[in-house]
Amino acid sequence: MAAATTSDGALTTADGIPLKASLARAERRNRNRALLLVTPLFAFILVFFLMPIFDMLTRSVDNTVVGSVLVRSVPVLSQWDDSSGELPSEAVFKAMVLDIQDGRETRTIGKVGTRMNYEKSGMTSLFRKSGRRAKQIKEAPYKEALIKLDKKWGDINTWRLLKRESDAQTLTHYLASIDMRFNDSGEVVRQPEEKQIYINLFIRTLKLSALITVLCLVLGYPISYLLATLPVRTSNLLMILVLLPFWTSLLVRTTAWIALLQKQGVINDFLVGVGLIGDDGRLAMIHNAIGTVVAMVHILLPFMVLPLYSVMKTIPPSYVRAARSMGATPWTAFWRVYVPNTVSGIGAGGILVFIIAIGYYITPALVGGVSGTLISNFIAQHISVTLNWGLAAALGSVLLALVLALYILYDKIVGIDNMKMG
Amino acid sequence: MADQSSSDYVRFINVQKSYDGESLVVKNLNLDIARGEFVTMLGPSGSGKTTCLMMLAGFETATHGEIILDGDSINDVAPHHRGIGMVFQSYALFPHMTIFENLAFPLEVRKQSKSEIETRVKKALDMVRMGAFGTRRPAQLSGGQQQRIAVARALVFEPKLVLMDEPLGALDKNLREEMQYEIKHIHNNLEVTVVYVTHDQSEALTMSNRIAVFNDGVIQQLAPPEDLYERPDNAFVAQFIGENNTLIGSVRELNGTACVVELGDGSIINALSVNVGNKGEQSTLSLRPERVTINPEAGSLPNIVDADVKELIYLGDHIRTRVDVCGHDDFIVKMPNSATHASLTPGDTVKVGWLAEDCRALDAPVDRGVT
Ligand SMILES: Nc1ncnc2c1ncn2[C@@H]1O[C@H](COP(=O)(O)OP(=O)(O)OP(=O)(O)O)[C@@H](O)[C@H]1O
Ligand SMILES: [Mg+2]
Repeated sequence: MAAATTSDGALTTADGIPLKASLARAERRNRNRALLLVTPLFAFILVFFLMPIFDMLTRSVDNTVVGSVLVRSVPVLSQWDDSSGELPSEAVFKAMVLDIQDGRETRTIGKVGTRMNYEKSGMTSLFRKSGRRAKQIKEAPYKEALIKLDKKWGDINTWRLLKRESDAQTLTHYLASIDMRFNDSGEVVRQPEEKQIYINLFIRTLKLSALITVLCLVLGYPISYLLATLPVRTSNLLMILVLLPFWTSLLVRTTAWIALLQKQGVINDFLVGVGLIGDDGRLAMIHNAIGTVVAMVHILLPFMVLPLYSVMKTIPPSYVRAARSMGATPWTAFWRVYVPNTVSGIGAGGILVFIIAIGYYITPALVGGVSGTLISNFIAQHISVTLNWGLAAALGSVLLALVLALYILYDKIVGIDNMKMG
Repeated sequence: MADQSSSDYVRFINVQKSYDGESLVVKNLNLDIARGEFVTMLGPSGSGKTTCLMMLAGFETATHGEIILDGDSINDVAPHHRGIGMVFQSYALFPHMTIFENLAFPLEVRKQSKSEIETRVKKALDMVRMGAFGTRRPAQLSGGQQQRIAVARALVFEPKLVLMDEPLGALDKNLREEMQYEIKHIHNNLEVTVVYVTHDQSEALTMSNRIAVFNDGVIQQLAPPEDLYERPDNAFVAQFIGENNTLIGSVRELNGTACVVELGDGSIINALSVNVGNKGEQSTLSLRPERVTINPEAGSLPNIVDADVKELIYLGDHIRTRVDVCGHDDFIVKMPNSATHASLTPGDTVKVGWLAEDCRALDAPVDRGVT
């Protein structure tokens, strides 16, 4: 053997450095270079992807607003035994009055009202009203004065709620996002019937996304097959048609669907025109689940076609030919030989479409009406209308967990390494 | 030809094929293949061999003409009703199935029983000596093993006709020779008719009953291997098969089977007239290197000319000698490595000679770039 050996039998290079050390040094240099190359991307992902997710996760349990405004009352309130059946002591009331007076000055008391209102309606007005009038309370007894100001302060449940929500972290948002809540005595219970929306919304989102994925597959498979088997010049032209939607604005395409599908739209006019339906029987195809499904299938189809196409492109025509020469009918050859070889493309396209669909926002917002809105529309609403970012973050986190769970399930069943994007 | 057709198993009758409607890839093909025969289609790349196989298997339609299998026209018969086994150039083993499932596939679509399938697959695997590999996937086999599986799969349903499209193209020399032997062996044992495609001439020569040499969509010559080598019909075949010396000249005299050709430098050569036009027309003289004698006795051979030795290549059992003869400096002589032969050095001037019968006067020269 050409390489030298040390006394303990390890290989060394010609100049006596152990081979392993020398190899490690050579590899370290390569690794450092590789690290340097990915640094910008890594930084980008960190700042624009990982940090927002982290922020979302913290927001979903964040509850610092109460503690930071009611600085005096929260510590004393925590010593109160809320199962005693008695109102908190005079000290607590005094602290609360002072906190409200300060909060009025710094204009932060309204935030507490808003925050508490997510838990119980009427809280905004309680804090607003108290804020306005608390400066009249100058001396003891604070208890009677405050209760006189608004009798809700005499309700033990108000104080229980305040105590429960005074921790820096809370699970309320997560409970709300799965249609649960704390009741007045602090137990976890289901929301009243009329307030149960999110579970159904999650189920609807999953169902519609699955339907959209299946429809994309059904429509996309033959197109991809054509693309992969036609002569290059024709298939290039077809490919442009497939990619065309990418080059037009999403809004334009969605609005075009409205023009097509609405009651006075092109399709209804046509059906009435040929006499298939009466003028009073015009079909409702937009601003409901149908509208969402139709428009989203259209938008997401390329995400199914592209991975399918790239997989089909690699399947040599000789597979099907071999099957035919061995006596298989065209259908058998297709089903038993061609389709199994496209599974990786179906998986990739399916997962891509499903995951995009599950978090889609703009199209359902425009054409979904009531029955076609998805969970992301509610997240958006909590972010921009009700300003309950905590609940929005919790809903987003549940969605994230759901997608991850499905991804893992897919990995278990099909195997992620089987997936081919191109 | 038409009346001897009853014994022919496969017939191509005036078959033409065009892909683009502008040029013919196969031009007027006529080919009769007897039952049990091993016929090889040999030819340069793009000469239309695969196209012919695809038409026979039913994956391309003939633009014109008729293909007959066992007495019936199969122009309108779907591929899966033709019962033709096929080995593809790329093997085309199904990657998502195990070896066993691959071989079971043709039997399953024929709705054979489980036990029947089991025994026949096992028999086929044993035939190609791959019995232990049934549970593997194609990707876990070497090229040569995949090749054998492809052959076994084409044979497992006992087709009467098997088409093989350059099945050994990807193999190294040793494995290729071993496989050639195996395929030949299987052919002899099973009495199937084989149509084989290759562009490796030694493969064609060792395996076939008859060889069809293709060029440019036309069969240049259809003959048993010895004939093809010893008696090429035209300049293309002479150049394509084996090593060959080419001398170009014009016909001086035509005298039955003999003729006299004058080369460019004025030398006069006596040759066998095989495929020449009229007097004065161009002709290619074809001469195998092993038929040339160095320093013959004066008068012992009808053709004796001067040669300048240019290069000697030592090959063990013989020495390849490149000489300049009559203005052609790529003239090769194979000199047996024996004591009786004079040792030459480059720069020597010697005499070379050959028989008129060994020197075949063929048609006008073909473009050498083709091969
Ligand atoms: N599907 C097709 N469409 C158009 N032209 C084709 C097609 N298949 C083959 N050709 C053309 O037909 C000619 C003959 O092709 P073919 O595949 O029969 O050649 P071959 O003799 O098998 O060559 P090789 O030895 O390289 O496999 C070529 O010029 C090729 O470009
Ligand atoms: Mg070919």
